[in-house]
Amino acid sequence: MLEIKNLQVRAGTKDILRGISLSVGAGEVHAIMGPNGSGKSTLARVLAGHAEYEVVGGSVSYNGKDLLEMAPEDRAREGVFMAFQYPVEIPGVNNSYFLKAAVNAKRKHQGLPELDAMEFMVLLREKANILHLDPTLLSRPVNEGFSGGEKKRNEIFQMAVLEPRLAVLDETDSGLDIDALKTVAEGVNAMRSPERAIIVVTHYQRLLNYIIPDFVHVLQDGRIVRSGGKDLALHLEEKGYSGIEAAQPQLM
Amino acid sequence: MSQVVERERPASPQLAHYTAEYQRAVGQTPAQPRWVLQAREHAIAQFERLGFPTSRLEQWRFTSVAPIADRTFNLATDGVAKLDKTLALPMSDDPALAVLVNGRFNAQLSSLAGLPTGVKVLGLEDVLASNPGLVEPYLARLTPTQTNAFTSLNTAFLRDGVVISIAPHVVLEQPIEVVFAAVAEGTASVSHPRLLIVAGESSQATILERYVGTGSAFTNAVGEIWLGANATIDHYKLQEEPAESFHIASMLLHSARSGTFSSHSLTFGGGLVRNEVVAVLDGEGIDCTLNGLYLGRGRQLIDNHTTIDHAMPHCGSHEVYKGILADHSRAVFNGKIIVRPDAQKTDAKQTNKALLLSDDANINTKPELEIFANDVKCTHGAAVGQLDEDAMFYLRSRGLGVAESRAMLIRAFAGDILNRVKIAPVREHLGNILTDHLPHVD
Ligand SMILES: Nc1ncnc2c1ncn2[C@@H]1O[C@H](COP(=O)(O)OP(=O)(O)O)[C@@H](O)[C@H]1O
Ligand SMILES: [Mg+2]
Repeated sequence: MLEIKNLQVRAGTKDILRGISLSVGAGEVHAIMGPNGSGKSTLARVLAGHAEYEVVGGSVSYNGKDLLEMAPEDRAREGVFMAFQYPVEIPGVNNSYFLKAAVNAKRKHQGLPELDAMEFMVLLREKANILHLDPTLLSRPVNEGFSGGEKKRNEIFQMAVLEPRLAVLDETDSGLDIDALKTVAEGVNAMRSPERAIIVVTHYQRLLNYIIPDFVHVLQDGRIVRSGGKDLALHLEEKGYSGIEAAQPQLM
Repeated sequence: MSQVVERERPASPQLAHYTAEYQRAVGQTPAQPRWVLQAREHAIAQFERLGFPTSRLEQWRFTSVAPIADRTFNLATDGVAKLDKTLALPMSDDPALAVLVNGRFNAQLSSLAGLPTGVKVLGLEDVLASNPGLVEPYLARLTPTQTNAFTSLNTAFLRDGVVISIAPHVVLEQPIEVVFAAVAEGTASVSHPRLLIVAGESSQATILERYVGTGSAFTNAVGEIWLGANATIDHYKLQEEPAESFHIASMLLHSARSGTFSSHSLTFGGGLVRNEVVAVLDGEGIDCTLNGLYLGRGRQLIDNHTTIDHAMPHCGSHEVYKGILADHSRAVFNGKIIVRPDAQKTDAKQTNKALLLSDDANINTKPELEIFANDVKCTHGAAVGQLDEDAMFYLRSRGLGVAESRAMLIRAFAGDILNRVKIAPVREHLGNILTDHLPHVD
């Protein structure tokens, strides 16, 4: 589904990603772990199409298409979703109004009829229930004044509503207490399916107790320095990121 | 005509042109009461003395009226023959409708049947001919306090307009809509529409002024609003004249105790626009709200100058002006708040925000606080910014297109002003303007 080859990314004069290769197939869950500043968010944001970054080398193909050539909205309509590490507050834009526009932009792209207000409300209620999302958040401006946990939950809620084919979750676990973490993990697990790929970006191993990945990659200094199965996360938990450094980089 | 006129500088041919037009207009006007003629004479003298303002004057520093001063505008005739009648259709549902064409009241295009007892909406020329006593205590009584050349010019050419008179205790449900249509004649023509609103004690009304037109017309409007004790007026001014037109307007408010006045100044049209609002809060317990929303495109210049004069204690004023500026448009905002020595317990709040959609757009914004009382609350804030890039990316990353995302953020910016517009068709119309008529990515 997603084929990243030797991706090199720069912001301003700083080289952030220095040759990343990663292959993600439908139905798989990949975890990308790494210390602060290693480039995890950069990778997620580049996949979503953020304009701040300059791709100086490599390629990303998504279902056979050149992802890097696509505008952010086209990526989203084709099924790419990124849960932001820091969701943006948008005063004055109503949360459910915004989501309805997003759902219908995607449906239009797929040649499906737009949902009317009633159909959309039914969909929203169903998904909000799954995520134990306080329904009053739906009528508030997007993320404005939400607590850290509410923002993260709102991201996963959006994912549930938009039903992406490729979801990239950027540190959705950070700042969550254990109950919120479990709810979010349940929400993500409910989304696992043979047609969908999920990339979980995290700093801590903790989340991976609840979302069991098929593959784990360690990102350090803009490179994937190690890849393995779910046990790699436990290994990291014991040894820390510094214990990895000596290991042989494993290119995929 | 005054014989002795002190001039600060030699009369330009343009000023002489207006003097000659004045003489001609006075000769052609049907008989007017003596007090009106005197006010006009006083006004033309004042205009001659002031001349058109230059950018050397602080109040005009950022707004050059050279495009007006350097042109020769002839006094427009009634223009009805050339009027696109669809312009004169009302926007609100089932309003009392008064239509002026080039400043002249037009009874045929108006629709004023069925007004409740105690509410009069009349042509000013008719009133001056048949019942001048109705307006004598009010008409041109607020303008002399203004040393504004354009206001003087309007008074000098005072002939017609609309008078709205609401008797005490009358509560009017339907809005009164006044359409000011400016039809350009020849290469350039000017009209001086006049509006007088007298709201009696404890009366209540909603008034919508709409400015529309065709061609390169110059509208030089003056409105005087007298708010009686405990009266409530919800006032809207929607300006959608063509981009090649000129629009200079003053709205002068005088409120007695416990009046509630809300103004919504909505500017979308006009090439060179200056809106002046002067609100004199001349009684205790007055509540004055000035909301403004303007959208500049192309090379428009939109200048809003407001003055709120807290003359008495325990009054509140709330002012929020928001501008959206695209292309090469410019805006000026100047918000003056005067708190006189007696005006203790004043609560005044002013906010001005501008959203610049292009690198070539700009705004000069300035609060001006003159506070002479000590027990008052006065706050002001200004913010100028661009569309939030992070918010744009967030919306787009969820599948919304660039145009849709921009429109959503722009609507959100204007949201609090739009939500306070109580006339539903006007609110919808504004929403449509912001959604459909915005220029695309610069
Ligand atoms: N827009 C940017 N401009 C300059 N440097 C950036 C930018 N974005 C990220 N960086 C830098 O790139 C490095 C990786 O950042 P990031 O991808 O956010 O790491 P992580 O998510 O792994 O903590 C950091 O050193 C960060 O300061
Ligand atoms: Mg990060």
